Amino acid sequence: MAGIEHSLFDLSALDTLAYQDSPIHRLDARAKVLTVLVFVVVVASYDKYAVLVLLPLLVFPVSLLIMARLPVAFLLKRLALVAPFALLVGMFNPLYDQQVQLQLGGLAISGGWLSFLSILLRFSLTIGSVLVLIAVTSFPAICHALGRLGVPWTFVLQLLFLYRYIFVLGAEAERMVRARSLRSFHGRGNGLKIYAALLTQLLWRTLERARRLYRAMLSRCFSGRFRLLSTSRFGRKELLFVVGWSGYFILLRLGSDAAAVRSWLEGVF
Amino acid sequence: MHMADALLSPQVGGVLWGVTAGTVAYCSRRVRQLEDDSTVPMMGVMGAFIFAAQMINFSIPATGSSGHLGGGMILAILLGGPAAFLTIASVLLVQALFFADGGLLALGCNIFNLGFIPAFIVYPFLFKPLAGADPSRRRLFLACLVSAVVALQLGALGVVLETTFSGISALPLSSFLLVMQPIHLAIGLVEGVVTAVVVQMIRQQQPGLLQLATATPARPVFSWRRTALALLLVSLLVGGIGSWYASSQPDGLEWSVAKVIGGELDSTSSLIATLDNWQQRIAVLPDYDFASATADNSLWSSRFGTSLSGILGATVSLTLIVGLGVLVRKRNQR
Repeated sequence: MAGIEHSLFDLSALDTLAYQDSPIHRLDARAKVLTVLVFVVVVASYDKYAVLVLLPLLVFPVSLLIMARLPVAFLLKRLALVAPFALLVGMFNPLYDQQVQLQLGGLAISGGWLSFLSILLRFSLTIGSVLVLIAVTSFPAICHALGRLGVPWTFVLQLLFLYRYIFVLGAEAERMVRARSLRSFHGRGNGLKIYAALLTQLLWRTLERARRLYRAMLSRCFSGRFRLLSTSRFGRKELLFVVGWSGYFILLRLGSDAAAVRSWLEGVF
Repeated sequence: MHMADALLSPQVGGVLWGVTAGTVAYCSRRVRQLEDDSTVPMMGVMGAFIFAAQMINFSIPATGSSGHLGGGMILAILLGGPAAFLTIASVLLVQALFFADGGLLALGCNIFNLGFIPAFIVYPFLFKPLAGADPSRRRLFLACLVSAVVALQLGALGVVLETTFSGISALPLSSFLLVMQPIHLAIGLVEGVVTAVVVQMIRQQQPGLLQLATATPARPVFSWRRTALALLLVSLLVGGIGSWYASSQPDGLEWSVAKVIGGELDSTSSLIATLDNWQQRIAVLPDYDFASATADNSLWSSRFGTSLSGILGATVSLTLIVGLGVLVRKRNQR
C-alpha cells in the first residue's frame, strides 16, 4: 500500500548493489543460487527446538555480506520490514507449548520459547540469505542461471519481461496516484469508482504496451530467448564455493543432535 | 498472506516445490504450444501490471482502511489458466527475492496457494460454470465476487494446512483457521468487488479480451458432470471449514477482527492492529483448549493422531490434489 512506492525504490536499490564488483559478485550465478537453495533446505530441516545449533549457520550470510562489502544496515532494515509474519505466528508458541525443555540454572525455559526463538532465527537465516543472494547477483543473471539449471525458458522469459516492466509500469502507476491525490480533497476521489477507472486506465496502457512490445519483437525476429554477449562459466571457483559451503552446512546438520547439545548445556549450567 | 520459510518443514516445502515445478513445466509447454505467441509479452506486462496496480489503492467506505488488487483472478480471467499460473509464479518469485515475502523454500507453497488455486481450481471449476459463455452484468459480477472470495479462502486454508503439517508452529489447527479464514473473507470480498468492477469495465470496452467464451467454443457450456464435480469440491471444502467453525466458534469477535483489519495485512499500522487484536482474542477466549495445550510438547503430533479435524484436513487436501490431477489431465486429453 503506502509502502509500495518505497519497495519499488528498495527494489532498484537492491538491484544497484548487484552491479558492484567483488569476488562474490563475480561468481557464476548458478553457484550462488544452488548454494542458497541447499542452505535454505538445511535450515528448514532442523528440529523445531533448534536454537543454538542454528547459530553456526549465520557464518554463511555474514561472510558473504563481508566479502561482498554490502551495506549491513540496509539489509537489516529490509529484514525487519518483513519480520511481522514470523513474529505473529511464532508468538503463539510460548502460549501453547509450556513444557520445560531447558533448565538454565534457576531459569526454566519452555519448549514454546525455544521454538519461538528458533522461528525467528530460521526466519533471519533464510530471508537474510535470499536478500544477500539478490544483492550479489543481478536478477537477470539469476534468471539466466535458472534457465541454465533447467527451468523452462518460457518461464525465464516471463521473469525477465516482468522484471523489465515492473519499473516502467510502476512509474506509470506512481504518476497516476500523484495526479489523483493532487486533485482529491478531504478524501473525495479516493473511492472505488475512481479507483476502478484508474485501474482500467492502467490496464489499457499495459495492454497497449504489450502490443507494441510484440510488434517490436516480431520485427527483430525474436526467437523466444535472449542472447547474451558474455556467458559466465561454472569453473573451479564455483565448484569450490558450492561444495565447500554445502559441505559445511551438511556437516553442521549431521553433527548437531539437538538433544546432545541440550544435555551438554544442562551439564554446563 | 504469504507462507514463510520459518514455519515450514522441508517435507511439506519439498512436496509443494515438486507440485509447483511440475506445473511450471506443464504450463510452459502449453504456452509455447499456443498459436498466438503474443501471449508471452502479454504475460510479462500483466505481471508488472499486478505490481503497479498494488500501488494504487482506494478507501473502503465506513472502515477507514484501504484496499487494493491482489490479482490472481483477474489474471486467470484475462490470460486463461496456464498463462495466468506462470505470471503469478513469476510475480511471487520476484516478491520472494526482492521483498523477502515468504522465502525460497516457501515459494512452492505460495505459488500453489496463490497461483495454482485461482488458475487451476477456482477459474475452471467455479468461475467458468458460474459466468457461462455470455453472462449478464449481474451474473458476471457475482461470478467474479464468488471466485475471488473462494480463491482467497482456499489460499488461506492452504497456508493453515501447510503450517500445521510442518509442525514448527504450535498453534492448533482450529484457532489458526479461526483467525485466518475470517480475515481472508474480508480481504476476499474487497478483492472480489475490485475484480468484478475491473472485469466489468474490460467487458464494456474490449469484450474480446475476456477468456469467457473463447476457451470453450464448440462445447455446450453447461455440463452436469463438471458442475457436479465443482459442487462436490466446494462442498467438501466448505464442509471441512464449516465444521471447524461450528465446533469452536465463540462469538462475533472474528467479524470485528475482519472489520478492523479490512484491506490487507502488509502495512505496519494494520499489523499492529492485528497483533493487538489477536492478543485480545487469546485473552477473552477462555474456552480454548489452553490447559491441555500445556501438557505435552509434542502437542501437535499427538493431537494430529487423534483429532478429527486433522484427518479431515488431510482428506480434503488429498482429495483436492488427486481429483484435480485427474480432472486437469482429462480436460487436456479432450
